[in-house]
Amino acid sequence: MSNNNIQWIAYKTVLYRELHRIFRIWKQTLLPPAITISLYFLIFGNFIGQRIGQFQGVPYINFIVPGLIMMAVITNSFGNVVASFYGVRFQKNIEEMQVSPMSSAVMLLGYITGGVARGMMIGVIVTFISLFFSKLTIFSLGVTIYTMVLTSTLFALAGLINAIFAKSFDDTTIVLNFVLTPLTYLGGVFYSIKMLPPIWKKISLLNPILHLVSIFRYGFLGIADVPVYETLTGLTLLIIALGIWTHWLLKKGVGIRT
Amino acid sequence: MTTAIKIQDLRKIYSNDFEALKGINLSVEKGEFFGLLGPNGAGKSTIIGIICSLVSKTSGDVKIAGYDIEKNPTEAKRKLGVVPQEFNFNIFEHCEHIVINQAGYYGVPRAIAKARAKILFEELGLTDKSHVAAGKLSGGLKRRLMIARALIHEPEILILDEPTAGVDIALRRSMWQYISGLNQKGLTVILTTHYLEEAEALCNRLAIIDQGRIIADSPTQELLQKLHSETIILYGEFPEIIPELVGFSLRKIDDQTLEVDLLNQQSIDIVMAHLSHHNIPIHRMKNKANRLEEMFVRLVEEAHVQ
Repeated sequence: MSNNNIQWIAYKTVLYRELHRIFRIWKQTLLPPAITISLYFLIFGNFIGQRIGQFQGVPYINFIVPGLIMMAVITNSFGNVVASFYGVRFQKNIEEMQVSPMSSAVMLLGYITGGVARGMMIGVIVTFISLFFSKLTIFSLGVTIYTMVLTSTLFALAGLINAIFAKSFDDTTIVLNFVLTPLTYLGGVFYSIKMLPPIWKKISLLNPILHLVSIFRYGFLGIADVPVYETLTGLTLLIIALGIWTHWLLKKGVGIRT
Repeated sequence: MTTAIKIQDLRKIYSNDFEALKGINLSVEKGEFFGLLGPNGAGKSTIIGIICSLVSKTSGDVKIAGYDIEKNPTEAKRKLGVVPQEFNFNIFEHCEHIVINQAGYYGVPRAIAKARAKILFEELGLTDKSHVAAGKLSGGLKRRLMIARALIHEPEILILDEPTAGVDIALRRSMWQYISGLNQKGLTVILTTHYLEEAEALCNRLAIIDQGRIIADSPTQELLQKLHSETIILYGEFPEIIPELVGFSLRKIDDQTLEVDLLNQQSIDIVMAHLSHHNIPIHRMKNKANRLEEMFVRLVEEAHVQ
């Protein structure tokens, strides 16, 4: 059997195992984000949104739907990989993969695809739920899907890096709770940065999540606070750079080999 | 006979500057049942870790079936199956999934892996546990599951790192019977164990490691022949004074117990005949200590003196 065949079967196995994990613990992986985001739609979109009325030329609920979908995609693609990879490190069953001929590139791809799959699944579920609260419009399907794939890839990679360096379970929640969640809330999910004073507008532009939310919203509504195609190109390059670094970390055995 | 594992000048210095391996040279031939013995912290697990790519070496070469573990990792790893010392599977996963996934990591298609898992589970008495979460198995069954997992890709070499630690006697025997059977069919087995009687009974070749150095490496019987003497305990009914036997050291422990030191060239028959001649009945006898244990302790003590 050729090495390519071995690596292909190994990749399918990691992906199968990751998907199996997502569905095995669906009450932890798929249900909570659906409930949380439904509450956001209900409270911010319906109750408060009806009082706000139109926002940047669209109903407020329509304005916040893309940001809320993005929020769910980010936290779930990140959370899936950080929990799964730290779990195999903690239980030492990462050794099952280390002793095998599976390459570090396949290990990387397997986990990232698992994270992207969970992010996309949640994205689809939340989008479906949003239909109960708003009339969905798609301005550019290509930008919408591409942004969702890139975002889940970026945060799956971030989750993997977090899991590689984590020394305890506490370390796996710090980034999510103290970095990603605040950045998401400050990333223009519920407002446009055009409303902010100039200094806060400039500071907000340093927040990468703002750019993601903004171009994702462009995909739905055709309105954005940042240049769309430049952001997509930058995001793609960032993913390539992070992917190369993460592969190097796995190949060197950082966090997984003494 | 060709070489299954060849280790040359292997050194390992951990990040805390501890030098675990100080230039190990070791060779395991195909088809051997090879034992690697040593006290705690001697370097056994580091060697196994490096062979299995779980520990990075500082310098030296390791070849598995002729393939360098760094230059040809895919080929080298395919030859190897590993049963680690500690349970290292996902305790929430079903036993069958654990084994089939492991096959997948080695490039074995799922349908073939399923068929192999069925056979292995039957042989190892795990059939009724196929769909049970691994964490719910008893300690002995977890060990068997790790053996099934290590064999699923049909390796040429099986590494067993302290596989019977904490396993009851009946299970240990059945496990060894199974592994010995595989060895007789051509599987090379490398065993690290603390149970020296186990190593003496199973291994046809032994290496002893201490403080990061190999202090003995030879066929088991050859190693045991280096013992100059052994002590036999005789149980019987002994008089107040034991009649002297020239050239032999006899020590009365109590009225029912007598210890005899036998040099290599001396036979216990002479002692038995002597006691019988003086109408001293002997009911049974046994070795005071396991022969390999004596050898092991002596070699380690000598290494520490040097």
